[in-house]
Amino acid sequence: MRRFLLLTLLVIGPAISAQQPPAQPPPTTAAQDGFVPIDQLAKKEEMPAAPLVMAAYAVAWLVIFGYVWSLWRRLHKVEVEIADVARRVASGSKR
Amino acid sequence: MMKRMPLWIALLAAMFVIAPVMIVRAPYESTMGLVQKIFYFHFPSWMAMFLAVFVSGAASVIFLATRSKRADAIAVSSAELVVVFGLIGLLTGPLWGIKAWGVWWSWDARGTSALVLWLIFQSYLLLRRFGGPGSERLAAAVALFGMCNVPFVYWSVNLWRTLHPKTTVVSSLPMTMGTPLWFSTVAFLGLLGVLIALRLRLEYRRAELDAIHLELDN
Repeated sequence: MRRFLLLTLLVIGPAISAQQPPAQPPPTTAAQDGFVPIDQLAKKEEMPAAPLVMAAYAVAWLVIFGYVWSLWRRLHKVEVEIADVARRVASGSKR
Repeated sequence: MMKRMPLWIALLAAMFVIAPVMIVRAPYESTMGLVQKIFYFHFPSWMAMFLAVFVSGAASVIFLATRSKRADAIAVSSAELVVVFGLIGLLTGPLWGIKAWGVWWSWDARGTSALVLWLIFQSYLLLRRFGGPGSERLAAAVALFGMCNVPFVYWSVNLWRTLHPKTTVVSSLPMTMGTPLWFSTVAFLGLLGVLIALRLRLEYRRAELDAIHLELDN
């Protein structure tokens, strides 16, 4: 019986010990060696996209409205000049 | 066109109200996220610029061949809008680039050739402003030269190594991204049409004023 137990241990013992996982701590991303405040992280991750999208949208509309305003101003100037010339012509013909 | 202008403006206003809603509902691009949404008005502004270049170039060819005052007026009106829509493209591009590439501007083939095209039409306007009598013909040649540059600008991303997305991006867009893009593009092209019509009105009124002055002098 003792001989049988010894034989069993010799055969399955190494197999059992091989299946045991090595004792390791669970993986974690949490800091273990020292804590770093978030504002001391690298700047590359801090650029938000939303202000850039809003700025691009605003730029597009500013350029278009700026152009429409300039167009309106120039057209108004010409219309005023035409009215002025027409008035001068009319007063000249009366004389 | 001028009689139906309020109708066109109302239609465009409705389109420009709907477009941002469609852009917001479009899915985020997987590598660039939210900032890629600049594409929905960056690309249409370039399309409007290219169309304005073609209108200006074609009108300049007609002007050179026939000396038509109407063609010249169309050419100068469109050239001004090349500069306006080009400016939108040149300003919105870096706002996209700083997030996507990490730089405001890189001298790559697409950006540089687009800048050169924009500068060609700036020189057209400067020529018209300060060139004196007879500068119309030289300016028309400049517009024609600018028009010939458009294919190089368009295919530059396929011909040279560049950071800029390739032309195949647009044709391969899924429906969820393609619909808002083409809707915005149609809205921008409509806006271009309305602005050309308004700018033409200014040109015609100036011509009228010049004719009145000439008549008075005589």
